[in-house]
Amino acid sequence: MASNKESIGKTLFVVVGLCFVCSMFVSTAAVLLKPTQQQNKLLDKQKYILEAAGLVDTKAGKVEKEVIIETYNKYVEARLVDLKTGDFVDGDADTFDVEKAARTPATSFKPENDIASVKRVANKGVIYLVKDDNSELQTVIIPVKGYGLWSTMFAFLAVEPDMNTIRSLVYYDFTGSGETPGLGGEVQNPQWVAKWQGKKLYDDNGELAIQVTKIPTIASSVHGVDALSGATLTSNGVQHSLTFWLGEEGFARFIEKARNGGLS
Amino acid sequence: MADAKELKQVLTGPIINNNPIALQILGVCSALAVTAKMETAIVMTLALTAVTAFSNLFISILRNHIPSSVRIIVQMTIIASLVIVVDQVLQAYAYDVAKQLSVFVGLIITNCIVMGRAEAYAMKTPPLMSFMDGIGNGLGYGAILLSVGFFRELFGNGSLFGVEILSKVSDGGWYQPNGLLLLPPSAFFLIGMLIWIIRTYKPEQVEAKG
Repeated sequence: MASNKESIGKTLFVVVGLCFVCSMFVSTAAVLLKPTQQQNKLLDKQKYILEAAGLVDTKAGKVEKEVIIETYNKYVEARLVDLKTGDFVDGDADTFDVEKAARTPATSFKPENDIASVKRVANKGVIYLVKDDNSELQTVIIPVKGYGLWSTMFAFLAVEPDMNTIRSLVYYDFTGSGETPGLGGEVQNPQWVAKWQGKKLYDDNGELAIQVTKIPTIASSVHGVDALSGATLTSNGVQHSLTFWLGEEGFARFIEKARNGGLS
Repeated sequence: MADAKELKQVLTGPIINNNPIALQILGVCSALAVTAKMETAIVMTLALTAVTAFSNLFISILRNHIPSSVRIIVQMTIIASLVIVVDQVLQAYAYDVAKQLSVFVGLIITNCIVMGRAEAYAMKTPPLMSFMDGIGNGLGYGAILLSVGFFRELFGNGSLFGVEILSKVSDGGWYQPNGLLLLPPSAFFLIGMLIWIIRTYKPEQVEAKG
């Protein structure tokens, strides 16, 4: 066998055979493991939704899987929102894949003023309504995303039912290898996250006023959050994500209706 | 057939005497990237050990059939398949760590240790010894990763395996963490010092001048 292993026939046989075996191996593994992976992904997202709502504390330690599922199912309701009208629409929001919808031309649009570099926006968005034990609405969670310095950053913005007071801004995912650790990566630092609590999104005239800024007088005001030092572009990315997703091409219609009692 | 002594030599040799990172200076890229925490360092070690061991095993089994004109591409195909499977398994069973390791699991494909062992050892050695050699080199890689990870996590973040050891100033404690240690360049200094220590202790590893 070894003597004629350099012949063209043998070479082709080995290469084709190997490719066949390897592709079988890889695709079997991918197909078998897919359900577990999707479950992990969903669980991870739910964990951060609960964190944004203040129902679990992921920084304090590992949160058990059962706790996440139970708490999420008990308090959180995901709803689909039509961005153009701002109304809730029917559909299973838990299985709706916003990213996939945004990639499909039929279910998405290209924003005119794409400051957050999102490229395409799905016509429908998913909003999470968090209730307490008496089914009273406690928190509304709006997903935002935008480009930072190196990556697209995904976050959950949690606001009180007045749609103005911020509870939390939790960054939960980054494309690629994320922002620079220690600089832009500090968007996940609990101390920086804590600065968002209690800040107001809108001023008295109803204009969007929230500002990530390096000017101390604005940062200490009710509409300002201190920018991350050494991470100007990541901070700008955070600002642009909020401006975009709270703006006309984002959830502005929905928020307007919600403030006028659309949620009750 | 290989006797027990030779087997032991193949398995433990790469840990200090013939360490892939410290002596051969291979696989340094990932050693810089994944050693900020002990947990990621361990998972990366396991992933790389599994890939090196099994790629050595399969390549060794096929070694008499691999045509030399396409041998590198055949090795790459085997390694790449194994890496994808390892990545998939991590995403299914260790999602949090897989998220932190991000691209570096995929980059095992280009890790010089895996390629180096496949080409230099598994192509001319029977399967069992090749498999052991893969595990040995994985352990050698892991030994450096864990030593570097130990210092980086302890002094950079005041913790080990995520458990707080030194209480940080930012959490109201006394320890002012060294931020540089959390950044990849610090691993250069640590690996450099490890190489220095190993070569002081074992002068035969010092390369001849000239």
